Amino acid sequence: MAEMQDINLYLFLSAIMFIIGAAGAITRRNAIVVFMCIEIMLCSSSLLFIVFGRATRTFDGTFMIMFIMTVAAVEAAIGLAIFILMYRKTGSIDLDKFNIMKW
Amino acid sequence: MLDKIWLIPALPLIGVLINGLFGRYIEKINKNIIHWVACGTVFLSFVITFIIFIQLLGFAPEDRLYEYTLFNWISSGVLQTSIAYQADPLSIFMCLFVTGVGFLIHIYSIGYMAHDEGRYYRYFTYLNLFMFSMINLVLANNFLLMFLGWEGVGLCSYLLIGFWFSKEENAIAGKKAFITNRVGDFCFIIAMLMLFCGLGEHGIWSFRFSQIFPNVHLLSPEMITVICLLFFAGCTAKSAQIPLYIWLPDAMAGPTPVSALIHAATMVTSGIYMVVRSNILFSLSPTALCVIAWTGALTALLAASIGLVQNDIKKVLAYSTVSQLGYMFLALGVGAFTAGIFHVLTHSFFKALLFMCAGSVIHAMSGEQDMRFMGGLRNKTPITFWTMAIGTIAIAGIPPFAGFFSKDEILWKTFASGNILLWIIGAVAAGMTAFYMSRLMFMTFFNNCRASDEVKHHIHESPRTMTVPLMVLACLSIIGGFLNVPHALKYIAIFGEEKAHHFLDPVIGLGPDKILQKAGHEIAHQASHATAHHSLSLEYGLMLLSITIALAGISIAYMMYIKKKDWPEKLASRFCTLHKVVFNKWYVDELYAFLFVRPFHVLSNFFWKGIDVPIIDGMVNGIARIVLWSSTVLRHVQTGQLQSYAISVIFGTLLLMFYYYFHVDL
Repeated sequence: MAEMQDINLYLFLSAIMFIIGAAGAITRRNAIVVFMCIEIMLCSSSLLFIVFGRATRTFDGTFMIMFIMTVAAVEAAIGLAIFILMYRKTGSIDLDKFNIMKW
Repeated sequence: MLDKIWLIPALPLIGVLINGLFGRYIEKINKNIIHWVACGTVFLSFVITFIIFIQLLGFAPEDRLYEYTLFNWISSGVLQTSIAYQADPLSIFMCLFVTGVGFLIHIYSIGYMAHDEGRYYRYFTYLNLFMFSMINLVLANNFLLMFLGWEGVGLCSYLLIGFWFSKEENAIAGKKAFITNRVGDFCFIIAMLMLFCGLGEHGIWSFRFSQIFPNVHLLSPEMITVICLLFFAGCTAKSAQIPLYIWLPDAMAGPTPVSALIHAATMVTSGIYMVVRSNILFSLSPTALCVIAWTGALTALLAASIGLVQNDIKKVLAYSTVSQLGYMFLALGVGAFTAGIFHVLTHSFFKALLFMCAGSVIHAMSGEQDMRFMGGLRNKTPITFWTMAIGTIAIAGIPPFAGFFSKDEILWKTFASGNILLWIIGAVAAGMTAFYMSRLMFMTFFNNCRASDEVKHHIHESPRTMTVPLMVLACLSIIGGFLNVPHALKYIAIFGEEKAHHFLDPVIGLGPDKILQKAGHEIAHQASHATAHHSLSLEYGLMLLSITIALAGISIAYMMYIKKKDWPEKLASRFCTLHKVVFNKWYVDELYAFLFVRPFHVLSNFFWKGIDVPIIDGMVNGIARIVLWSSTVLRHVQTGQLQSYAISVIFGTLLLMFYYYFHVDL
């Protein structure tokens, strides 16, 4: 029973982290902040994996974390490269100015 | 050799493939190869036909039927049709002169088309394709394959009439021929399918002649009459009878050898061949025979009357063809099928001859076709003159030339059938024929030359390739008639009397009577019975009369165009209205334009502007416009703002979660 409550707490924490991340990703204008918010969302899902891994007493969740961390690292590298290019092209990384994906 | 019968149509087809596919390159290398291929294949066909003919003669008359199946063509349930050819007296008889005269015309074309650069190969390709279709038509052993040839000659006539299509009137003439023929072909299809289904009800699902004809008595008489009339409607288009003869005179737009090939010797005879082939069917329907006889007689008269006043040398011959075809149908209508087919034979000799002579004249006159600007060619083009004179005498019906025997037999059979009115019409038309043909001769070859000096300077006899076929055909026009000398004239029958008649007997003579006896029908044609009642002296009398009529026609022409040259104009001004009406071909073209062409135009215009553009096009364009409009509206959803996309993703996810959580039916 105590363990179930523990899980619920972790799940609650993960949901809050996810919502914070999503809200930030939608509302913030600075590309790096948006990027960081997305990382928070990733972390929240990583947390879920860990929690469920513990609850079921398997290592599957832990393995998934390894993948997610790899992807996050790659993302960071590519994302930062994109931001640098954006900055070079326009002198800013304000997302409102990048609406060239129209049509 | 009988099992090589498929080679007869196959050889011209090989010619088509060689010249059609590679002709363009061959023509650049050496023009001669093209006509060697074209003429050679047709000549080989003729040789094979001749060998088969000799072989057929070796059989007993009732065994003279050989069917050869090349391969299965259509196999669909009860409908089984093969590409199969048959050798019997009628098909080989037709095939002999189709390939024979066709070969001569091929030879003639070498000289005539020599100056036509760049289109030489196309011309010979079409010519060979035409031979292929025509041979298919006469050798086929079922209606469907026959129809293939029937359509094929229609197509080739379109291609060849419009051969010089850069001049618009030629293209229009080709179109007219094609469309008129389509009307007839449509009737042919209906008749063919009615026959197929009608016999199918009695368990005989077949297009094959040898299965259809022995069983036609199973059909009801009304059905037979309808089928016969529809078949005949098909013939009126192909063989140029009232009401669909209008295309033939316009068909003179093509090169002259083409006129000789298509519109004198072969294609127009296909209708007559079809009726003779189905003679058993037609014999069972007196109504249909009566319609055929009257249509033929009236066509003969109408076309001959138009021919009297035309000035274009080819137009005169064209109307003469229509008129002669009328004769043939008159013969078929009174039940004298052999007489009809025999006239086809002799007519193919002298009409091909006349057309090719006309071509030679036109060649000599540097393309001039109006007889008012000709004259005096007698000494300058002696071969053309003499051969054409032979052709004229033959068509006018002076013995012992070919036309006399065949035409006289038709008139005699008509008279013997008891319908005197038909005979009078035929006799009058015969007189007119003699008149307009002599008029053509006198205007072209006698008196002084009325051409301009430049043209006069150029007048020359045609090359050897053109004159040799003329001479061969002239010989045939002289002796052709002796193939079927009537019993009354047995003293001059050098080949024996009624040869053609006996040869064709297995197909024509006995068939219907047997079937009629079996079915218990009234015998439709009384010709053979009525003949017995008339005495020999009457036959001699009528012969003399028809010779007199022919001579009268010639001498009137002589009076009017040699002796008293002012008569034609005087007559024309005296009977001003009549002359105008006849000269304008009885205004038949204008009548058709008023009755059919213009209403059809109006209707087509209505369907175009009233139905097609607003409704059909409107539907298609409307759908396109809806898509365009909705996308202009919807494109505003795509803002290009990264975060608005993120919002829609999140809301979408939320919606899905709600859906699965609450099982909401969206």
